[in-house]
Amino acid sequence: MMTTQQNISRRNFIKLSGMTGAALTLGFYLPANGKEAAVVKLETAENLGIELNSWISIDTSGKVSIINHRSEMGQGSWQSVPQIIAEELEVDLNKVNIVFAQGNNAKYGSQITGGSSTVRGTYKKLLNLSASAREMLIEAAAKKWNVSKAECYAEDGHVIHKSSGKKFHYGELVQEASKLEPPKSVRLKLPEDYKTIRKALPRQDTPLKTNGKAIFGLDKKLPGMLYAVVERNPRFWGKVKSFDDKAAKAVPGVKHVLAVKMKVFSQDREGVAVVADSFWSAMQGRKALKIEWDDSGFEHHSTEQLYARMLDEVKTKKSNVFRTKGNFDSSFEKATKKVEAIYETPYQSHSCMEPLNCIAHVKDNTCEIWGPIQAPDWVRGDVARLMGLKWEDVTVNMTFLGGGFGRKAFIDYPHEAAVISKAVNAPVQVVWTREDDMTQGPFRPGMVYQCKGAVSDEGNILAFETRMAGQNMDQQGPGADKDSYNGSATEGFLETYFNTLPHYRFADIPLETPIPVMWWRSVYSSTNGFAFESFMDELAIQAGKDPLDFRRSHFQDIMWNPDKVRYHDLANKLEEVSGWKSRGKNTGYGVAITECFSSIVGQVVKVSKKPDGKLNIDKVWAVMDCGWYVNPDIIRAQVEGSIIMALGAATTHATHFNDGKAVEQNFNTYKMPRITDAPEIEVHIMDNDEKAGGVGEPGLPPFTPALTNAIFDLTGKRIRKLPFVLEEV
Amino acid sequence: MASINLKINNKAYTVDADPKMPLLWAIRDLVGLTGTKYGCGIAQCGACTVHLSGAPVRSCSLPVSAAANKDITTIEGLSADNSHPVQQAWIKEQVPQCGYCQSGQIMAATALLKKNASPSDKDIDAAMQGHICRCGTYPRIRKAIKTASLIMSQKASTK
Repeated sequence: MMTTQQNISRRNFIKLSGMTGAALTLGFYLPANGKEAAVVKLETAENLGIELNSWISIDTSGKVSIINHRSEMGQGSWQSVPQIIAEELEVDLNKVNIVFAQGNNAKYGSQITGGSSTVRGTYKKLLNLSASAREMLIEAAAKKWNVSKAECYAEDGHVIHKSSGKKFHYGELVQEASKLEPPKSVRLKLPEDYKTIRKALPRQDTPLKTNGKAIFGLDKKLPGMLYAVVERNPRFWGKVKSFDDKAAKAVPGVKHVLAVKMKVFSQDREGVAVVADSFWSAMQGRKALKIEWDDSGFEHHSTEQLYARMLDEVKTKKSNVFRTKGNFDSSFEKATKKVEAIYETPYQSHSCMEPLNCIAHVKDNTCEIWGPIQAPDWVRGDVARLMGLKWEDVTVNMTFLGGGFGRKAFIDYPHEAAVISKAVNAPVQVVWTREDDMTQGPFRPGMVYQCKGAVSDEGNILAFETRMAGQNMDQQGPGADKDSYNGSATEGFLETYFNTLPHYRFADIPLETPIPVMWWRSVYSSTNGFAFESFMDELAIQAGKDPLDFRRSHFQDIMWNPDKVRYHDLANKLEEVSGWKSRGKNTGYGVAITECFSSIVGQVVKVSKKPDGKLNIDKVWAVMDCGWYVNPDIIRAQVEGSIIMALGAATTHATHFNDGKAVEQNFNTYKMPRITDAPEIEVHIMDNDEKAGGVGEPGLPPFTPALTNAIFDLTGKRIRKLPFVLEEV
Repeated sequence: MASINLKINNKAYTVDADPKMPLLWAIRDLVGLTGTKYGCGIAQCGACTVHLSGAPVRSCSLPVSAAANKDITTIEGLSADNSHPVQQAWIKEQVPQCGYCQSGQIMAATALLKKNASPSDKDIDAAMQGHICRCGTYPRIRKAIKTASLIMSQKASTK
């Protein structure tokens, strides 16, 4: 089952010579343009003294380096990618050197760390690549000993001859191995034989994060580097009319004051940059700026107006239908047991703990970038395009990210750093204050959902419709096609329901507003999930069914589709671990199950009233089915974190707009959950043979509906608008 | 601008700074110790927490002049080799995700454990609720503080 043809041809197998030490490097890049030599030269010796062409490098001393091609923002790619490679390469993870890749999608494929895609998108390739390297090392050893390959095996960075016990470390074999043809196919291990994968190995980045050694974007310094802060127009797309820089320039340490524009999607965000020899001086200069803004043509929107429009349009405006089956209108019309509900979710800021920042050094038609970047390949391409540079002349280096959540997949802040560096002819670190970070966006879009549904007397769903009003992230800026549907209108909905519901329709009504919006952890699932799974609960109540059984009865029958057994397994597990069947009288239990980025997550929340009458979240049980997985402890951590992030978005914070500006500017008003708010969380992981699904995001969507369903169970009060105040329930 | 003497992690530094510059930026940009983080600048998130004369303070909101000649401890001063019991506990419980807030969390936990060798959940709440973790590592922070307490008591009993 796990044996696959591997597709590394001789052409893609890059060997290196003429350097100190040889490197056995395997990659799956296909140099379509014959430019590999140039690529090799460009990145020579950046990190290791050895050119890295792919994921694995071994030098003649036996030192193994593994490349993490994705960003590390807390989700664990720094551990997961090497942990996969170490398994088939037969090396001890504690002895390898882990290195961040530079932005280069010609070499690594997509590097955008989004959609929870790192493991699920590359694991098969990485397994094959590592197994191929191992086989070539074994072959090299066999040749040296003049024995057959079958008499040798690899273990802990060595090839061992079975009968004699003779061994070579990989460094002694790497030069020979690099001259061999990669095997046509390799046999991959069965999961039950894994030594590294599926083990809760401690993360390799943890020790760096407990003694201050991890270098985040803001920690990176270059010789001669200047610091820039930018006073940006607080109204989106407003312009700089004029500014007086006299007082700012008089501040000691301030070197330059200049107007800047950076690209936000296809539009420009304008501001005035103050560049100084320290962040603090730059900030004092910024405070002394006198700027006149030009806000003409700008719509001075407010949250109140936006939601009034969405609430109207969700009911009245023509929608763009994304996915439909049967005839919703006539089946709904004929039905007798109907439910209709409107759900509202707020705009949210990403508010990564590390505010946005980026270093750029533009020099002689080249640009080098260092920063907390979620998409180094995108930044490379976009900075080249926007700065009029050649792709080959732009280098993008990733640091650790102090959170990302989608915000740092965006290229506005690297572009801004490049613009300023070019203008002042020096390496520049642009630093966003917390206030800049929280008020400029892009934000998670606010959404309004209208759900309609009907159930039969037997308790089966007859018809299901969701109309979603809100900004479509793909339709920003001038020229966007407002008539095309939002392909994410079903994100979060269980795939199995599409087979069992006889009539459904999912549609959206795009809201036109200038607020920039962007992916926010789990993207549309983070809000869709609330609407879908709240409404499922309302339908279950209408049908008079147990909410978990009601969902179960709409999973595809195992008899007819054995592949769909995973939904039933998950529901059974959730029922068992949460004690669902024996839930008590003075407590409320809520369940929600969502599907996001190819993983299914179910959660049960238990709530009760404290002696003072206020609501308490007693416990959360989560069951994650992400198919094939790497590190169970990282999965548990991601689900725990997702639940707490969801709790904040449901109960403690939201971004509001007034007079065309974001209202909440810092953590004193955009209130985060604290340690005192964190409930007890128990995470379970399903073991099965399904394909790998996402881990970093899918744990987020089911929490909020499970919580509000639990509150309904306890109090009879249905919460349809977020955020709500827990203490006021 | 003024010449200010700082004593950080038992080492003496002299910085030339605006006396009103927050201690955070003096530590990060003038002294070059980047383990202490900027998170909010208004003493709301705790990422910048260091010890001043043994007590946890928000370095983003304390003028550098107020820290002159006093003992300052940053995350780097706890131990470089992760040998401090709180660091060990943080590793054992695999607390960090992105890790950005953890210097501040660890400094707060260390100060708590120095005052109170076996803190209750309520004590932990009181000491740690000024610290934001966007990754939501709170359950593990709570666990790690208890683990650190255990490590410390084991160390004390073997002495």
